[in-house]
Amino acid sequence: MTTCTGCSLLCEDIELALKTGAITQAKNLCRKGQGHFQALFTERTRPMIDGQEVSLDQAIGKAAEILKSAKLPLLYGWSNSTLEAQAVGIDLAKKLGATIDDTSSFCQGILMERVLTGKIPTCTLDDVRNYADTSVFWGADPSNSHPRHLSRFAYYPRGEKRQKSYEEERTCIAVDVRKSATARLCSNYYFRLAPGQDAEFIEAILAVLEGKIPKFGDKKRMIELGTILRKTEYGVIFPGLGMVYSLQEKMDLLETLVVKLNEITTFKVIPMVGHYNMRGFNQLLLDLTGFINRVSFKDGKASHGPENSVIAAAKRCDAALVIGSDPLCALPFATARALAKVPLIAIDPRRSLTTDAAKVVIPSAMYGLEAGGTAVRMDGVKIAFEPAIKSDLLSDEQVLTRIMEAI
Amino acid sequence: MVGAMEIYMLLPKTNCKKCGLPTCMAFAVGLLGREKKIDECTPLIEEKKYEAKLKKLREVMAPLENASETGLIIHPEKCFGCGNCVVACPVNVAAEPTRCAVGLGPKSDKVILAVEDGIVKCMNAKECRRFGPNKILCNACTATCPSKAIEFV
Repeated sequence: MTTCTGCSLLCEDIELALKTGAITQAKNLCRKGQGHFQALFTERTRPMIDGQEVSLDQAIGKAAEILKSAKLPLLYGWSNSTLEAQAVGIDLAKKLGATIDDTSSFCQGILMERVLTGKIPTCTLDDVRNYADTSVFWGADPSNSHPRHLSRFAYYPRGEKRQKSYEEERTCIAVDVRKSATARLCSNYYFRLAPGQDAEFIEAILAVLEGKIPKFGDKKRMIELGTILRKTEYGVIFPGLGMVYSLQEKMDLLETLVVKLNEITTFKVIPMVGHYNMRGFNQLLLDLTGFINRVSFKDGKASHGPENSVIAAAKRCDAALVIGSDPLCALPFATARALAKVPLIAIDPRRSLTTDAAKVVIPSAMYGLEAGGTAVRMDGVKIAFEPAIKSDLLSDEQVLTRIMEAI
Repeated sequence: MVGAMEIYMLLPKTNCKKCGLPTCMAFAVGLLGREKKIDECTPLIEEKKYEAKLKKLREVMAPLENASETGLIIHPEKCFGCGNCVVACPVNVAAEPTRCAVGLGPKSDKVILAVEDGIVKCMNAKECRRFGPNKILCNACTATCPSKAIEFV
C-alpha cells in the first residue's frame, strides 16, 4: 500500500505495480494522484547553479553560502514536505534568524489559525464518514481539488451511524460562484453567490436561524436551507479558498455562524487544505512558537505579523529558500517578480517556474514514492508513510540537514 | 448520447420491412438496444442516395460499440477517478463491505467498477443489476458521476 501525496486527503489505499523505472499500474489512484505520480518520470530537476549543472555537494555548498551571507533570508513553501523536513526547516530558520512562512499565508491561514487554536470546532474526516448527515461545501469544489473527498468521506460511503449514506441519510450542500462539478452532485441544494457575497449570505442564514425573514437571496430557498441546517444531527462545513478569500477580515462572521449552529445542533468545520501537509506545518509552528505562519526569528526570538508574510518579506529579503512550493507560479505577480530578483534557492523534485528562475536548484526525492515520512491530513490526523520506490535522491529533510551542517 | 429519434432521422424512413421489423422507427429502437445491426437495413447499404446518411449513422453509432453488455459506456477523457461510482454501486458494496462500502478502493476482482490509473474501469459487467432477465434500471453510477463520464445506452 502506498500513500498518495497529491492532495491533503493522503489516500492510503493505493496499490502500485512497479517495473524498473515506471509505474505500470496504479489501483485506486484518482486522476489528480495519477498525474502527481506519473510526474515522477518527467522533468526531474538536476543540481544547478546559475543554470549550469553541478554536483549535489556544490549546489548544497552554494545554498549554504547564500543563506549564510544573507541578512534577511526568507524560507518559504513547506506545504509539500513532511513534518520531519518542516521541523528541520524551522530549526534552520532559528539558526539563520530568518523569516519563515508557508503557503497558508496566502491561502487558508486566516481560517486555519481559528481552527488550530480551537476558536472554531473541528472534527476528523472519519467522524464525517461515521456520523455526519450534512456536508456544506462552501467556495470549494472537491470533485476537482480533492477528487476522492466525496467518495471516501463526505457523501457516498456508509459510516457507522450512516448506513443508508447518500441515498437517504446524507445531504450535500454546495455554495459557490459557479455550478461546479460538486454542485451538480448536490442537485437541489446548490446556492449560487456572486463573488464577494459570502458575508451577506452568512448574515441571511443567521437571520433565518433566528426566525427572521432574510434580506438576501431567494427567501423561500433561504428558509429551506435554514430548515435543513436546523434538522441536521451532525453537520460539517468545508470552507474552500473561495470563502476564505471572500471573507478575509470578516472571518468572525463564520465563527458567529458556527456558534449559532452549535446552539441548535452539532456543527464542525474542516478547512479544505490544498497541499498535502500545509496543516502539518501550521500545527508544528503553532506548537513551537504560538503562531501558525508569518514568523521571523530575527534577533533570536519569534515575532509574528503581516510584515513577515511572504507578500511583504519577498520585497524585503536578500535571499530566499523555496521548498515544496512554486511561488513564482502561484503568488501575485508583484510578489513573484520581487522573489525572482533575489538569489533564490529552490529544493524541488520537479522542474517548475521557480526552479527555472532559481540561482541554485537542489533536487529532492518525491515524498510518498521515493521517500517516507509523516504528514498531517486536512483534518489533523497524522499519517505516516513508507517509500514505494528505492531512490538515491536525498529527501527534503536530508537536504536541509546538510545545508544546516554547512552553515 | 444519441437517441432513437436521431437514429430514425438517418434511416430511409420507407418502412420497407426488409430488416424484419414493421417500421423504421422500430429498427431505430432495435439499433439503440443493440438487438439489430446497421447492415441489416439493406436499402441503406445498397442504395447510393443514402450514402451520406449511412456515413453519419455509423458516426453517431460508433460510441455505442464500446459499450459493455449492460450498455455501460465510460468516457475516459471525462473521468476524474473520484471513485464516487465505485463506492455508490450496490454490487460493489455487497462484494466488498469492508472496503467499497466505507469509501476505500476494492481489493478483490469481484467488483464491477474500480479505479485504475486514474480512470474508472468496468469489469464483471454480468454482475450489474441492469443485466439478465431480472434487470432493474439502477443508476447509482451515473447519478453520482460529477463529470458525466458514465452513461447507459
